[in-house]
Amino acid sequence: MGSLFRQIRAAIALNILSIPQRLWLSVATVGSIALAVGVLMAFLSLAEGFRNMLQGTGSDTVAILLRDGATVEINSGISRDQVRLVEAAPGLAVDAAGDPLLSGEVYVTVDAKKRNSGASANLSLRGVTPAALQVRDGVRVVDGRMVAPGSNELIVGRRVSDQFVGFDLGRELVLGNSVWRVVGIFAAEGVFESEVWADLDTVRNLFNRGSGVQSVRARFTGADGLAALQAYVEAEPRLNLDVQTEAEFYADQSSGTVTLISYFGWPLAICLAIGALAGAINAMNSSVESRARETATLRAIGFRGVPAFFGVMVEALFLAFLGGLLATLCGYLVFNVAGWSVSTLGEGFTQVVFDFTLTPAVALTGLVAALVIGLLGGLAPAVRAARLPILQLGAR
Amino acid sequence: MTDPIMRLEGVCKGYRRGGEEIQIFDRLTIDIETGAFISIMGPSGSGKTTLLNLLGGLDKPDDGRIVFDGQEIQGWGESRLAKWRAANVGFIFQFYNLMPSMSAARNVELPLLLTNYSAKERRRRVATALEVVGLSDRARHRPRELSGGQQQRVGIARAIVADPRLLLADEPTGDLDRQSADEILSILSLLNRDLNKTVVMVTHDPQAASRARQELHLDKGRFTDAQVAAQ
Ligand SMILES: Nc1ncnc2c1ncn2[C@@H]1O[C@H](COP(=O)(O)OP(=O)(O)O)[C@@H](O)[C@H]1O
Ligand SMILES: [Mg+2]
Repeated sequence: MGSLFRQIRAAIALNILSIPQRLWLSVATVGSIALAVGVLMAFLSLAEGFRNMLQGTGSDTVAILLRDGATVEINSGISRDQVRLVEAAPGLAVDAAGDPLLSGEVYVTVDAKKRNSGASANLSLRGVTPAALQVRDGVRVVDGRMVAPGSNELIVGRRVSDQFVGFDLGRELVLGNSVWRVVGIFAAEGVFESEVWADLDTVRNLFNRGSGVQSVRARFTGADGLAALQAYVEAEPRLNLDVQTEAEFYADQSSGTVTLISYFGWPLAICLAIGALAGAINAMNSSVESRARETATLRAIGFRGVPAFFGVMVEALFLAFLGGLLATLCGYLVFNVAGWSVSTLGEGFTQVVFDFTLTPAVALTGLVAALVIGLLGGLAPAVRAARLPILQLGAR
Repeated sequence: MTDPIMRLEGVCKGYRRGGEEIQIFDRLTIDIETGAFISIMGPSGSGKTTLLNLLGGLDKPDDGRIVFDGQEIQGWGESRLAKWRAANVGFIFQFYNLMPSMSAARNVELPLLLTNYSAKERRRRVATALEVVGLSDRARHRPRELSGGQQQRVGIARAIVADPRLLLADEPTGDLDRQSADEILSILSLLNRDLNKTVVMVTHDPQAASRARQELHLDKGRFTDAQVAAQ
């Protein structure tokens, strides 16, 4: 037993120490594995970042009301009378004046130019009431002020200000057919930072939206508040509305897109992985061939075939591990340190900006994927090494 | 005469190549006496390497018996043969067959990994083997930092480190200049004379062959020497 262990250790050392003799092939193997794993990790990070952003968005203590069957705000419509009925609902939190904390909002898309590419993209413009800030968690004005009722003023999310042309504090710009003035910048967790807000009535007028809204957000009191609100809406025949917490609403939205990202990411990563696998098999076969005489010599000395198998397997896993490590390191530097962010299409095809995040779980998945490539790539060559004929001792 | 350490008895061996059967040995019989130093000369393709492979248990006869120390080994399985080789046979190769990534000492240690000696005992034996071949001061060198003659001396140290009784050398001086060859042959003589190793050496070089105590000639799978024919 001790002897077999020592044989295996020596065979592993011989494989690993001989890597410099096949330096470029080994580097190419490590590189191709890193590429496949890197792409996989990028997609997983993307999905993770998107999920983080949307899950960071919702509040647990705010209800969002949409028309029955509408899954996004842009498909929803709620009449002025219905809003009045909701205002009278039980379970709602109230402000100092005793009015319910409730904000009916409309949602339109406008064109804007991106700073880096100059390309035009859709932005969401939200018409809000002054209560908008009170029915959201984590949204705060970081510069300037909130828009005044009835004005042509804008308050813009920080990411919009960073990434789109013209949305600077104090600037005037044209949205739709009218001129607006940016009076504030707000910070928020999640999607809201990719939005531009203006006064509800102004948006309804300038975009011909009539007197209704698309969504109502309302803060409810404690755990029974939501149940009371839901029961009230259920029992009121004139309210054909869905009531859910804002957190649930955004979590639902994220799952679809995350699934989509994963569906694109995995096949692409698997294609690259197959390429990396072919490269790994090739590299390991060449390792076995170039070391055939060494292996035969060990067998003549009295070594068994099994150590040669382990030698090749460990070399393959070692190269694969280096590939995985390289991908993780690059991913970490690019996503987490350099802080890459991307824009993607969010609700209603508007631009949503969010960060890639390389989480430990994603890194681990990448490393495991790399090791699987190494395992599969090493197997056949390793078996071959163990079965190599002994009679190749004389060849130069 | 002492008992033979090895005996081939009626050994037949052939290879198929492209559907054609080449018979190398047809009922070959030869005794290798314990303590012998035999050189085998013969034209290329006469079966010298094949003979060493049969003696060393690397190849199997089609027919006949191969007896080592009273035991028939021709029917043994791979792993039993491997164990037997590790304990009883040392190989010396024309191109040394050292591991290029390992130091001389690590190369010499390889056969000891198959034993149960402690690391300390292994170090001691490696040092002794290197001393026997006069390379104590090169223990840490890699093969490519050594001359051909020095590499072959490492090869010999590796062959003797586990203290086998039989040394099989296939053209051990075939790739060396005259002076290095003479040094190698002196070491083989010393191993035979002072350490009682039985040595079977294949060579092309008559001068090398003459250093052995018994010179045999192989031609078309048969020994042409009277003393073998008599066996
Ligand atoms: N593994 C093998 N397969 C087929 N033919 C072989 C094999 N090994 C040796 N031979 C043939 O057997 C004959 C004897 O070979 P060998 O013992 O290597 O001769 P020598 O060492 O005397 O030059 C040669 O004709 C050689 O081509
Ligand atoms: Mg030969």
